[in-house]
Amino acid sequence: MPLIGENLGHYYQKDRWIIKDTNLSVAPGEVLGLSGYSGCGKTTLSRILAGYISPRIGRVSIGHKTLERRAFRPVQLIYQHPEKAINPKWRMRDVLIESYTPSQDILDAFEIREEWMNRWPVELSGGEKQRFCIVRSLNPATKYIIADEMTTMLDAITQARIWHAFLGICKSRNIGVIVVSHESSLLNRLCDNIYKVGSGG
Amino acid sequence: MSNVQTKPLLQVDHLSIGFSQYVKGTQKRIIHPIADMHVEINEGEIVAVVGASGSGKSLLAHAVLGILPSNAIFSGKMLYRGEELTPARMEKLRGREISFIPQSVNYLDPLMRVGRQVQIGLDPRTARAQQEKLFLQYGLQKNDGRLFPFELSGGMLRRVLFATSVREGVRLVIADEPTPGIHPQALSEILRQLKQFAEDGAGVMLITHDIISALEIADRVAVIKDGATVEISEASAFEGNGERLKTEYTQRLWRALPQNDFDLEFKREAVR
Amino acid sequence: MQGVQEGLNVRKKMILLLAFSSGFLLVILFLSFWLSNDNLRLSSAKNLAPNLEHLFGTDWLGRDMFTRTIKGLRLSLALGAFTSLLSVIIATLMGVCAATFGRTVDAVISWLIDLFIGMPHLVFMVLICFIAGGGVYGIVLGISLTHWTALARLVRSEVLQIKNVEYIQISKSYGKSAWFIARKHILPFIFPQLMIGFLLMFPHVILHEAALTFLGFGLSPQTPAVGIILSEAMSHISTGKWWLVVFPGVLLVGVIKSFDSIGEKLRILMEPSSANE
Repeated sequence: MPLIGENLGHYYQKDRWIIKDTNLSVAPGEVLGLSGYSGCGKTTLSRILAGYISPRIGRVSIGHKTLERRAFRPVQLIYQHPEKAINPKWRMRDVLIESYTPSQDILDAFEIREEWMNRWPVELSGGEKQRFCIVRSLNPATKYIIADEMTTMLDAITQARIWHAFLGICKSRNIGVIVVSHESSLLNRLCDNIYKVGSGG
Repeated sequence: MSNVQTKPLLQVDHLSIGFSQYVKGTQKRIIHPIADMHVEINEGEIVAVVGASGSGKSLLAHAVLGILPSNAIFSGKMLYRGEELTPARMEKLRGREISFIPQSVNYLDPLMRVGRQVQIGLDPRTARAQQEKLFLQYGLQKNDGRLFPFELSGGMLRRVLFATSVREGVRLVIADEPTPGIHPQALSEILRQLKQFAEDGAGVMLITHDIISALEIADRVAVIKDGATVEISEASAFEGNGERLKTEYTQRLWRALPQNDFDLEFKREAVR
Repeated sequence: MQGVQEGLNVRKKMILLLAFSSGFLLVILFLSFWLSNDNLRLSSAKNLAPNLEHLFGTDWLGRDMFTRTIKGLRLSLALGAFTSLLSVIIATLMGVCAATFGRTVDAVISWLIDLFIGMPHLVFMVLICFIAGGGVYGIVLGISLTHWTALARLVRSEVLQIKNVEYIQISKSYGKSAWFIARKHILPFIFPQLMIGFLLMFPHVILHEAALTFLGFGLSPQTPAVGIILSEAMSHISTGKWWLVVFPGVLLVGVIKSFDSIGEKLRILMEPSSANE
């Protein structure tokens, strides 16, 4: 059941369309890239696809069913800044468990150490926190993951490692992935298809 | 290596910056986001300072400019044109001989006309004429100076930011992450402007996490990791498989870029 | 690693001050239980100036002023605690509702807040107190119903600010209920403000209790309350019995100042912008 966005359009101020007439679909297990530069609306588009905001026009569906807002959303979004995506007053273990209790395999795949679990968010580096954010989005009920500039703030080595582990798990679970980035060389490395955002708007 | 004739404009040696923080209750702890930083910039040279976010590269800029927060403690040596950079001297040089191009256009005053913001620090008698000349130079209209920041586009605001940093007698330009995810056209324009500074004889410190675009203009690259300088190499050493790079970390960093052998990291792991 | 051992840092000094203020309040509380009620009986030792036996002197009925003052302050503290708690609860409910239940609710609550702030609150308090029939009941209602507004505003803006934070959005995307988010994310975030609001409300309540009683709308004359002591003593100042006013007054100011400084110090320690100085 593919994730489909049909005829999407959105604006924040009336008649200043950020995205318009956008159609895209991702199949399970597919890796789609969204490319574009700052201010082109790729973050808005990914928030619409993940159900964080409803588009002014158009609809998002998985297998002809529109997304339900109250239940666990099968489309998960991973943000660029992990420090904002984690409650600073929670220990890292609670941050993970808020979503689900991950198996040791997943923790090992992302090299998350047991001792990090009892730490506060401020005591971990950005790359370490981002691993937690990724693991927690890999809930068993997750069907699609949108990675919005997920590794932009990290160094190249960490970036390569995280993507390797992440895509490995997504492939094995047949999770569809949307990679949002301004770096076309990264998208070329990772994606099956690339969609250019903002060519119309 | 660096030319013997050109004397170093800025030398930073063994720089360490600490912050005192309260941990639990009344216990104070010193954290060291910068432990051991070295950088050297010559006149007319562009040095890129490359590192991930949180590696302390912005703090380096703030230390040189003397705009660290009050609970910071620093040690080490900073020499500017052969003399020590004291807080008093920083204040005198800041905005005159040393100019700073901040990360975000939010650093502009939203309630002041952009023309006036560019005139700050210029000789009041000639400020207006100079500002108009700068606007011309950066492809801005003469009457754009009467506009407020919100009336200009992002690209134009960046040009205004550049115009605020150009001063008669600027010797050192520090640009903090001027290229975050922007359009390739705008990117090449910014790089061209930085190059212009260097051609006019100023030293340029380009702080960024984007190695590839930094390499387009930089003469040398300093690689920063966890608050310490790992290596300083000629920009030309970043090529091929990085055989000419000095440290293993930099080689791996170079090869892990998506433009290069992105997957190499895991192949190595697999062999191990 | 310089500066690790620098003796009394700012935080230690603050904690010392905190301990001093709370110690002072505890001593009053302790004394109020320890002093016997016998000292309040009428006796022949009338109108004595302060001496070793009667530290604050005695009044025109021969009651020991020290005992009366301390017992009065205990009543004030108890009233303060109860009233502050009540108004913090009202403020939290109003603030959270205004921030989460949409525009109409927000408009209504904001209008209510403006109404309460716009009215001179002493008049309002007297009115509520009078309607409720005076006494402890009237004072608690009168003060708590007029003093929730500032804190409610604060809570509202805090909740509005945190409501759209990314980690709460993510929590929603896991299908977590509004109750879960309120309990686990929002309440811990606003708790420090509530705590400080509670402490800073104390001196207000005590002062207003004294004022209401002084004006004759509050407690009945036989209860040992600071307001009553002061209002009775007023008529005796002219005859030179200064101790009837000065000691209870000074002690009242001391208690209020203590609460004020506890609240203020905690606020400075908890606020991230000033916490590391």
